[in-house]
Amino acid sequence: MELIFELSKPGRSTADVSASDVPVVNIEDVIGRQYLRDDLDLPEVAEIDLVRHYTNLSRRNFGVDLGFYPLGSCTMKYNPKINENVAALPGFTGLHPNASDEFAQGNLQLMYDMQKLLSSIFGMAEFTLQPAAGAHGELTGVMMIKKYFESKGQKRPIILIPDTAHGTNPASGALCGFDTITLRSNAEGGVDIEHLNSLMTEDVAGLMLTNPNTLGLFERNIEQVAQIVHSKGGLLYGDGANANAFLGKTRPGDLGFDVIQLNLHKTFATPHGGGGPGSGPVGVSEALVNYLPVPRIVKNDPTYSWSASFPDTIGRVRAFYGNFNVIVKAYTYIRSLGTEGLTRATEMAVLNANYIKEKLKPYYDLPYDRVCMHECVFSGNRQVAQSGVHTSDIAKRLIDFGYHPPTIYFPLIVPEAIMIEPTETESKETLDAFCDAMIAIAQEAKENPQRVKDAPLSTPVSRLDEVLAARKPDVCWKKP
Amino acid sequence: MDYCPHTSDDIAQMQEAIGVGSIEELFADIPQKFRLKQMPDMPASLSEQETLGLMQAMSRKNIMPRVTLTGAGAYAHFIPAVVGHIVGRAEFYTAYTPYQAEISQGVLQAIYEYQTMIAHLTGTEIANASMYDGASAMAEAAVLCAKTSNRSRIVVARSVHPQYRQVLQTYCWANGYTISEIPYVANGQLDVAAMQRALDDSVAAIVVQSPNFFGCIEDIAPMADAAHACGALLIAGFTDGTSLGILKPAGACGADFVVGEGQSFGNPLNYGGPYLGVFAAREKFLRRIPGRLAGATVDKNGKRGFVLTLQTREQHIRREKATSNICSNEALCALAAGVYLAALGKNLGKLAALNIYKTQYLKNKLLQLEGWKEVFSAPVYNEFALRCPNARAVNAKLRAEGIIGAYDLQKDYPELDNTLLFCATEMLSKDDMDRVVEIIK
Repeated sequence: MELIFELSKPGRSTADVSASDVPVVNIEDVIGRQYLRDDLDLPEVAEIDLVRHYTNLSRRNFGVDLGFYPLGSCTMKYNPKINENVAALPGFTGLHPNASDEFAQGNLQLMYDMQKLLSSIFGMAEFTLQPAAGAHGELTGVMMIKKYFESKGQKRPIILIPDTAHGTNPASGALCGFDTITLRSNAEGGVDIEHLNSLMTEDVAGLMLTNPNTLGLFERNIEQVAQIVHSKGGLLYGDGANANAFLGKTRPGDLGFDVIQLNLHKTFATPHGGGGPGSGPVGVSEALVNYLPVPRIVKNDPTYSWSASFPDTIGRVRAFYGNFNVIVKAYTYIRSLGTEGLTRATEMAVLNANYIKEKLKPYYDLPYDRVCMHECVFSGNRQVAQSGVHTSDIAKRLIDFGYHPPTIYFPLIVPEAIMIEPTETESKETLDAFCDAMIAIAQEAKENPQRVKDAPLSTPVSRLDEVLAARKPDVCWKKP
Repeated sequence: MDYCPHTSDDIAQMQEAIGVGSIEELFADIPQKFRLKQMPDMPASLSEQETLGLMQAMSRKNIMPRVTLTGAGAYAHFIPAVVGHIVGRAEFYTAYTPYQAEISQGVLQAIYEYQTMIAHLTGTEIANASMYDGASAMAEAAVLCAKTSNRSRIVVARSVHPQYRQVLQTYCWANGYTISEIPYVANGQLDVAAMQRALDDSVAAIVVQSPNFFGCIEDIAPMADAAHACGALLIAGFTDGTSLGILKPAGACGADFVVGEGQSFGNPLNYGGPYLGVFAAREKFLRRIPGRLAGATVDKNGKRGFVLTLQTREQHIRREKATSNICSNEALCALAAGVYLAALGKNLGKLAALNIYKTQYLKNKLLQLEGWKEVFSAPVYNEFALRCPNARAVNAKLRAEGIIGAYDLQKDYPELDNTLLFCATEMLSKDDMDRVVEIIK
């Protein structure tokens, strides 16, 4: 497809600018020639060209509204339309963040209620809604851990991270100046308790644990894990990326977690927008409340206001208050589902994942064969051995069957990993059809491996040369 | 509401296929003592109609302003109708990060086009797919400079947005870096002599903003020269993105990184978010910058296509060795920005000029009020600071009329008492401005 720049023709435009209703001044006089730019080379396209360009681009994109999107650890559930309508209400979109609190009582109440609802659902003392995404929430959470030990006068340079962890975990630890040490998993996919015992010293600030972990398995020894970490004065951090697995079933706060970050764009159904915006609220136990980012909302019945008067805070992690409009969608989702709806969402998510696990077990290697939570992880090892078909090939072939592929090559401890997260909003018929496709591909891998290796065959472009993209990077178009 | 399509028959069949007698058995790994019977303190579910009613009532508790006179990090601009229509296409907004390029060409190409427009606007060679917001983009640029130079001090202008400096402070504290602040001079621009004195070989980067928080346009080139002379890098922010339609961008004046808030480009005010961090840089930093990058390549038939590229920089591959942990960015906001910029085209220059006309009009009108004085003499884009007899009383009067007043600079600059920072965009009509002056009078 042509680039927008290639459609450009001098003299065309889409958006016009109103004539000035105030006196026109000489720009060079008021600004000074030396501060003015020499050229402005943006595309010049008529509105119809612009609309067709982006509409055609959209047709080369796959979203949840088009089909099944079982991308493991990303919780690509259906994004209810009512949430979009609510978020588009002018009262929510139109307010300037510097408006004084009198103007924003509706927004403040919404955010305050959201913090309380999240605190109830997750069993934490308090939440901040400031972080813009999950990884931003991780960074915020680890900063609070750092501050906690700083204020106790303790030097604890190490953070423990399981070998199953998301890549953001070690990066978040490192960005707060911690050394990270990898904690091994045991044979059943949980924390290796002996290894944890040997690593957990008074030099360790804490353990960043995802529960259920990225194998989709709940940490059976969670009580013991928390006890070991706490016994040495450490803190237990929870990566809430997989929170869809336990809503209404258990609470991280009760399990012993001191900090947890959420991803509203996963668990609470806000659309991910092709890579954001997300929203990454962070919940903390009583011991960490004082370190939450500022400003925080204070309720002085019946009104609400912002306050930055929290001397122990880590400070700010972004401007203003958070991805407010995303929070509106997630709040709407929680209120519309309520306690029954959220619990049923978790139950159906776990049912769906176990159903897929059972149906595909005969055809793909299942490295950890036990009841899973919201996702299941297979390995393409058998296919590699049989015919040299890799997981990446299977993923690409799924595209031809009309599916977004699962997460692949993650978690790192499973070779040729295929991580499937169906979510609760998919029907049995959809899961059956997907499993049929996976089974057909397993068969094809044996009988006609080349066809799988050539996939996808149905897309506007075939497999792209990533090596070329990295070796000769072209990230901005240059005029020929 | 319930978005699960499962019938009781479905559930029974699926349980049988799995080999369990009840849903509860699937949760057996959760130790019994931690199992919830019921979620505490949670409201019951609502119908769609009830949900809408609840949320409409909540939105109405906000007071919708007749006029907004503040900018200070977020800017009220007109958004052409096409932006919402494009961004509202479910193929875009219900997609995840484009990990599978063959079915994500739409967002990948749109982001590649966005990157190209941003690099041009900022006068640099490259831009990434977006950061969380302007403040975090600035902080990440500073951390990157320190990490890759093994220098531990960041020098920042006091005339940089106060919240951006707070975010910078948080990120630098977490990484063990220190910050020195450079004052401004009487005309509102950076104190270049003080900056020179602050520079030594411990400084990784100088951080400035132009237009700065007071609206004043800075002279970037000498700052870039001074930074480079001591082996440091220059990070230049901006305030309102539309200023780039008319002002010489910092990248064309020698800045190494240009970072700032991209909300002005087609994104609603949304009470502070979601916005998007613009992150642009000189080409030589391409392999070190944080965030996603869409790159052009070819498929096996030689056809042009786009992928996420240089991923070895990123957290999911480098893990603890990554210079940033950013994963999700603000792709949909960047898409909106791209559509907005393509819709405006060269009219972005006209729009910027209109902002200047409005600003000059409002400033001159306010200066006719008794006791009102200009605080800084440096040229401004669409924000300006005025000293007045009683700043609080002015904002109280405006508030009573449903107008969001100007930003009170004393909050962050104790020396700027009774000083208000106004912003005039194309959203203010002459009548609005005349009325504002009448109310203040």
